[in-house]
Amino acid sequence: MKIAVASGKGGVGKTTIAVSLALAADIPVQYVDCDVEEPNGHIFLRPVLDQCREITLTVPEIIEEKCTGCGECRDICRFNAITVFGVMAMAFNELCHACGGCFLVCPEAALVRGKRLLGILETGQAGKIRFSHGILRVGEAMSVPLIAAVREAAEQEGGLIILDAPPGTSCPLIATIIGADYTLLVSEETPFGLHDLQLAVGVLRKLDQHFGVIINRADLGDGKTGQWCRRENIPVHLEIPFERGIAEGYAAGKPLIHCRPELLPVFASLLKELTS
Amino acid sequence: MKELLILSGKGGTGKTSIAGALAMLLPETVLADCDVDAADLHLLLSPQVREEHAFWSGVEAVIDPILCAGCGLCADLCEFHAIRMEEKAELKLFSCEGCGVCARFCPEHAIRLQEKQCGVWFRSDTEYGPMVHARLGIGEENSGKLVSLVKKRARELAEVEKASWLLVDGPPGIGCPVIASFSGADFVLLITEPTLAGLHDLQRVADLARHFKVSVGVCINKWDLHPGYSADIERLCREQGIPVLAKIPFDRAVVWAVVAAMPLPKHAPNSPAALAVYGLYEKIISLAQGN
Repeated sequence: MKIAVASGKGGVGKTTIAVSLALAADIPVQYVDCDVEEPNGHIFLRPVLDQCREITLTVPEIIEEKCTGCGECRDICRFNAITVFGVMAMAFNELCHACGGCFLVCPEAALVRGKRLLGILETGQAGKIRFSHGILRVGEAMSVPLIAAVREAAEQEGGLIILDAPPGTSCPLIATIIGADYTLLVSEETPFGLHDLQLAVGVLRKLDQHFGVIINRADLGDGKTGQWCRRENIPVHLEIPFERGIAEGYAAGKPLIHCRPELLPVFASLLKELTS
Repeated sequence: MKELLILSGKGGTGKTSIAGALAMLLPETVLADCDVDAADLHLLLSPQVREEHAFWSGVEAVIDPILCAGCGLCADLCEFHAIRMEEKAELKLFSCEGCGVCARFCPEHAIRLQEKQCGVWFRSDTEYGPMVHARLGIGEENSGKLVSLVKKRARELAEVEKASWLLVDGPPGIGCPVIASFSGADFVLLITEPTLAGLHDLQRVADLARHFKVSVGVCINKWDLHPGYSADIERLCREQGIPVLAKIPFDRAVVWAVVAAMPLPKHAPNSPAALAVYGLYEKIISLAQGN
């Protein structure tokens, strides 16, 4: 069972909710931080990390002696990652998407599989929670294959998986939520929150996946996000008020349900509802 | 013309609210919303759209079910697992990277590549200057390319208008769209918040700015939600030689300005947050004059 926590907009409380769900689980659970650009789950769960693995992309390296400069590899590459200078091909591996086309077309077998570091995958244990996150290398543009690697590693272990998604509505979000059994969209009662929620709902509907909404800082704003959800028949599972104490707890890296223990059974029953 | 890019690493720290406020304060400004994934600046500035253009980028495989013999070679070769094999090959939604390997090797020539429209971009007028913004299609990729396009068009517009400022509201994170937003920026204003998460993400985006050799300044938003971490951020900035340009207090007026669809200094000119933004504006002006 995979539950994704997403939002479209950043900073509305995805990590807060994902961490709360993981802490409320009474069955074996994995918390998987797929926001590889800015992972924050570790700040709240404080896992003991015991494994670290480099995640790389397979990119071409050209063997000078074998290359005749025929240009086949350049012609198949749609990402402008290969050019030919004189009689030799040259690879710009930062542009490579690792489609593997160049390896398939080279008549001289002049390409070998090299590696570009995307980032690292760290795993560990936070109490009863199995924890993992990906950390994108600073300067690396392609986050999707790293997200895929993080998800894949978690899915091999199985059990209940909570996926903490990156913000936005493009490829990194889709790489996280595609195939999830349920997605909780976190929003807030502001025009920004509503606008970005509507974009995220567009993605979920196009994917034909199940989803519901949690409204954070529900009393800070105009109430239109909740109204829109009701009009669209989207279930609102939970409304969390703005409280300075919660904000201060978040600031200090304290999980929501440690600041507000009475929310623990609320998250536990939400989890029961979603997993049954 | 100076190009000011607003970034944060972490989402939700107030990039757009501060960009909207600076849009109102900075003179002769052209605006660009580079958060094409979840563009929100238009909600504050109510632009009048003057031009709307389709954004075409990249290609996607199209499989002809009549020609497909179901051999499965395309699925085997696709590194992106974008093809599902039933009786015939079928393209999975949102998975095709447009590399063309399948089309090249299909023995039946059943696959062709089709240009795709990934979104739209707009040239608009606002009360505070012309604006270039965009909307990425639902679940589309290539947001980095759309960011580059928005910036390019905004820069052209700024040159035509002889603008003093190009103000760019950036995307969250440190990945592809953020990297695309860096090109040509003179100065990056990093918006952060006094939380452990904010501190962590600030460090990563500051490293990225250093990687691109762009000078940076920091603005701590909602600083009084945790004065201790604000002090930590200030210390970190001091150690790394990054100036802290402003500390904006937590203020519900910021939320109400968004609800009223107005820049903060217009909606609540005497609010504590607006007063702090004036200070930020003055620091930015004096930095620009110093350069």
